[in-house]
Amino acid sequence: MARTCKVLSPLVVLALALGACGSSSDEGTTTTGADGSASRSLVTCRASGEITVAAAASLTEAFTTIGDQMEAACEDAAITFTFDSSGKLSEQILSGAPVDVFASADEGNAEKVADEAVGAPEPFARNQLVIVTKPGNPEGIASLADLADLADAGVVALCAEDAPCGRFAGQALEAASVDIDEGRVTRGQNAKATLTAVTEGDAVAGIVYVTDARAAGDGVEAVAIPEDQNVIATYPVVAIDGPGDDDLADAFVAYLQTDAAQQVLADAGFLAPT
Amino acid sequence: MIGRRGRRRPPIVALALGAVAVALIAIPLVGLLQRAAWGSLVDDLTDPASTEALRLSLTTSLAATGVALVLGLPLAWLLARTDLPGRAVVRALVLLPMVLPPVVGGVALLSAFSLRSPLGGWLHDVFGLQLTFSTAGVVLAETFVALPFFVITVEAALRQADERYEQVAATLGARPATIFRRVTLPAIAPAVGAGAVLAWARALGEFGATVTFAGNIAGRTRTLPLAVYLALESDPDAAIALSLVLLAVSFVVLVALRDRWLGRS
Repeated sequence: MARTCKVLSPLVVLALALGACGSSSDEGTTTTGADGSASRSLVTCRASGEITVAAAASLTEAFTTIGDQMEAACEDAAITFTFDSSGKLSEQILSGAPVDVFASADEGNAEKVADEAVGAPEPFARNQLVIVTKPGNPEGIASLADLADLADAGVVALCAEDAPCGRFAGQALEAASVDIDEGRVTRGQNAKATLTAVTEGDAVAGIVYVTDARAAGDGVEAVAIPEDQNVIATYPVVAIDGPGDDDLADAFVAYLQTDAAQQVLADAGFLAPT
Repeated sequence: MIGRRGRRRPPIVALALGAVAVALIAIPLVGLLQRAAWGSLVDDLTDPASTEALRLSLTTSLAATGVALVLGLPLAWLLARTDLPGRAVVRALVLLPMVLPPVVGGVALLSAFSLRSPLGGWLHDVFGLQLTFSTAGVVLAETFVALPFFVITVEAALRQADERYEQVAATLGARPATIFRRVTLPAIAPAVGAGAVLAWARALGEFGATVTFAGNIAGRTRTLPLAVYLALESDPDAAIALSLVLLAVSFVVLVALRDRWLGRS
């Protein structure tokens, strides 16, 4: 039954990767249902309880899927996400927000919360920037330089300068020697808000992550930024000394390195960590 | 019935819960005050980013108040003094932004006035007018949320005012415009002032509709609340300094309206 195997594979990987899950003889081994089919509980993840994961807005889709996978694998586990700019989240964590795992879109913000962290930040994904335009690219934007030179005083959406995506966009523009008049730049508080200014609002173009552009589907057209101008963002994850279940927090951090989680991240457009 | 003189000592439960209610509001304000960097307050407020946001907030909120005044006064009069059909529906509609989450108002404005909407596209094609990402868009968003406060205040005053003065003026031969200017308006002047102050305070504090509809552009649409939100990570001291400005304004508004709200005890 291919379908059963597909469901089970992340669980098996999880079991192998964590050691937190295992098959024991008295519980959780293959049980046979009344209809004779094998039930799903081949392995049992022992981590349970509740955790809150604070993650960069660009991780919204991938982490929601990964959270569903973990909740399916670990019985009685409840994972709550809070997505915003990594800068905002690190500030909240330092102010004592009840967070158990922090996944940042840059290394700086992960290091900023070192005092609250358990262990060292571990990279689990990388991301790149891309230009997004309205569907069909009506302005014919082909490069970063075109963003400084829009007809009709068009507005460009960038992330807030203190959100990683805003800082990276600044670096990319600098690498391309492009200077966009700040009076024509609307600043989104995180990557998703920046994307929304293009998909829902009247921003002509924006600079977001490749993954955001992919998540927006037909809502935008992506224009690649050449490698010598682009910025590679490394995403680290770190467990935080929070109120939630420590084992489940560790399990989540470890799960991100599994093939199953890496597949979800790759599907969302992330690059594997180096 | 126990008269005023026969007041008993309040029950301990009421006192305790009342104290919690006061603490609920007072504690965050005290927190803001104690975290403020008083030493650098002037520097934080005279920083170009701050003065720009202050100037923009002042002009847009005053413009929104002006629009609310010009459009809200006739509307309040129509609602209070005429028997036009559908008044109840109109009143409910006009008051809706008071209870609507501002971000929903922003989404609604975006749906109506973005360049891809029929109306927004038409405005742009015919008049070259773009409201999204513009200062005019900020004024529109602020007016949207502030107008109800003006209308409800003035309408209530009109209902309470004695209509007989106007009737007497009419029998003496005054024209409607004269009656409104010389009789009605002086009678409701305090309410017009209070409504304008309320609407202004609401416009000044507008965040959700503005950021959703008009974006966050330095010098063009980045008003005080947006600047506070944006500066919170990069420059918390400046964010708190700007917050103090908004707190001070709120306090002044309260003092200005003390006769209406704080009673004469």
